[in-house]
Amino acid sequence: MASRNDSLTAATPPAGAPARAIREIDYTGSERLTMNMGPQHPSSHGVFRAVLTLEGETVVGVDAVIGYLHRCHEKLGESLTYVQYPSIASKTDYVAAMTSELAYVMAAERIGAIDIPRRAQYLRVLVAELQRIASHCLWLGTWCMDMGGALGGGATIFLYCIRERELVLDLFESLVGARLLYGFHQIGGVRYDLPAGWADQCRTTIDLIEKRVVEYEEMLDENTFFQMRTQGVGVISREVAETVGISGPLLRGSGVPFDIRRADPYCSYEDFAFAVPTEEAGDCFARYRVRMAEFRQATAIVRQILDGLPEGPISSRPGVKSVVQVRIPKGETYARVEGPRGEVGCYLVSDGGPKPYRMKWRGASFSNLAVLPHIIPGHSVADVVAIMGSVDPVFGEVDR
Amino acid sequence: MVLSPLVTAAIAGFILLNAIVGLVTYVTLLERKFAARMQSRIGPYRVGPHGLLQPIADALKLMMKEDIVPTAADRPVFNLAPVVFLVPCLLIFATIPFAPNLGVADLNIGVLFFLAVSSMEIVGLFMAGWGSNNKYALISAMRAVNQIISYDLPFIFAALVPVLLTGSMRLSDIAAAQDGLWFVFYPVLGQLAFLAFMIAAVAAENRVPFDILEAESELVAGFRVEYSGMKFALIQLGEYAHVLGTSFLGALLFLGAWAGPGPIWIGPVWFLLKALGLFLMLTWIRWSFVRIRVDQILAVSWQLLLPATLILIVATAVVVVWGG
Repeated sequence: MASRNDSLTAATPPAGAPARAIREIDYTGSERLTMNMGPQHPSSHGVFRAVLTLEGETVVGVDAVIGYLHRCHEKLGESLTYVQYPSIASKTDYVAAMTSELAYVMAAERIGAIDIPRRAQYLRVLVAELQRIASHCLWLGTWCMDMGGALGGGATIFLYCIRERELVLDLFESLVGARLLYGFHQIGGVRYDLPAGWADQCRTTIDLIEKRVVEYEEMLDENTFFQMRTQGVGVISREVAETVGISGPLLRGSGVPFDIRRADPYCSYEDFAFAVPTEEAGDCFARYRVRMAEFRQATAIVRQILDGLPEGPISSRPGVKSVVQVRIPKGETYARVEGPRGEVGCYLVSDGGPKPYRMKWRGASFSNLAVLPHIIPGHSVADVVAIMGSVDPVFGEVDR
Repeated sequence: MVLSPLVTAAIAGFILLNAIVGLVTYVTLLERKFAARMQSRIGPYRVGPHGLLQPIADALKLMMKEDIVPTAADRPVFNLAPVVFLVPCLLIFATIPFAPNLGVADLNIGVLFFLAVSSMEIVGLFMAGWGSNNKYALISAMRAVNQIISYDLPFIFAALVPVLLTGSMRLSDIAAAQDGLWFVFYPVLGQLAFLAFMIAAVAAENRVPFDILEAESELVAGFRVEYSGMKFALIQLGEYAHVLGTSFLGALLFLGAWAGPGPIWIGPVWFLLKALGLFLMLTWIRWSFVRIRVDQILAVSWQLLLPATLILIVATAVVVVWGG
């Protein structure tokens, strides 16, 4: 039976590629099964293909196949001007669109040594933190749906989380006019100022979300079934975490207190008091705890901004009149921001024209995926989806 | 005119079958509305007033869908599986008395018949998983065998507690024995048995947190991944019929069946309400938890539930023999 459709499913490694690592387990069965998860699969969080080698229900090898969502983003970056690209940058990580825009404009501003007004900086932090809340809401919902089923308790949490995410998207909508892809940042500052009444709406939303986060924790923290699925599953040791280049909540879940907002502050993050939550265990539950703590830090930062938002212009450059009006002097730089999934970086080379000469994304999800072969083998099929969910990849950012 | 018992049974069976199929269709709407309320949604609302015609629309839609058989499937097995799955799920209603002397066949081994037939669904399930020639379906079928065998034992043992307390396997006797005291209120034994029964029922029905057969985040849809149209509808129908049948059994074994205030003819309504109450309880569990892993599910059964129900049976026997 297996032979009939093996030709469709077996991964064909490129010629000369090293043999893939398969962990030998004490298995007395007679046959290994190659099973595809993805590219179209309910829990693939986009289009990701994991080719699993199974012994019984245990995964002994995993191949990741990516690229199904490749849209030539880096080439687009070379052919669009500094004015045009920020709104496209949103589409790399569409779940946290504000973050990638910010990385791009920061890189350009760094080459051009462009000053950003303080108010613009604060607004950037404001939307970045709101975006973190929205992104974590989506993460919690989809992750629980992976573990709990679209026809089960997982869907319940998913819908609760989406309900809260909608509130943040409402805020973005009244700020920018769009709900998913914003184009909020521009070289020199931001494009829109807060409309009247927005701050109050934001405060209400933040209060509500803080209350709801407590509800989620009441639902999940002590939930035996949830603990059974997450504790001790997908443990990333500190050594592995530091070696493979993961970042964000994954890294902090393994006990490394590294956060770019603290290690390499940008956009006046040094003005705000916030903690960098870490957990030692490195399992899925630890990553969950880190993200839940980040909800609170994000709301705290948003509140500080609303309390102390300085007056002044929102951009150091005039409004957009032409797509080629921004020219950045010759130079190259790397700018990085702490996105909801980790380090989002943009490497930009300018030759003095209105378009970058070369642009390279460092996607947090892409680098985080590298940890999968280290942690998945030895787990069962059911754990694969729990681990994948806890890594929280967004394939728009992986494939770009 | 006196009809032969065979003809009466056939007529009663025909009526019951249609009633059950109709009930099952509407039970799906009940579950969808209930789940929607839990999730702060409205649920089906567009088809008919308050979405009351939704199940009919669903049924029509499924009937009109294209019937797809995968090229690589084992055709006879694949086609037969939904029927083999559905028949035992409907057959379990045969022995249930809905009121004194109102049922198709009040067998003297009613409980045994119910449990035996209800575990036959596994044959159809495995046929579906194997015949699809799909890896997800195959893994799901393997899990199904594993899980259903593990949970049928505690399920049967828990159901045997009321049998022991009554001293009869005839379902109408068990219902009549609860005239004074429902077995769920029987001190300690009744509650423990009811608890074990409900846990085992959730697992035997493959519902979250024990729905590893379907496990759509891992196995897409498990054993029914390749089914479409009416065959899919048959599997769904069988599954819900099974849940409903188990709810009726639970209401009969532990909640006093048709006992309740009011005239005698209102008994079946009470029975239905109790069964639907149990069904909603199963639904409530389903929409509250995340699913657990196959190894954890088996551990729960063999390490906890099975020994516990065994001890429970022995304790019940001791109480029955020496206690009173």
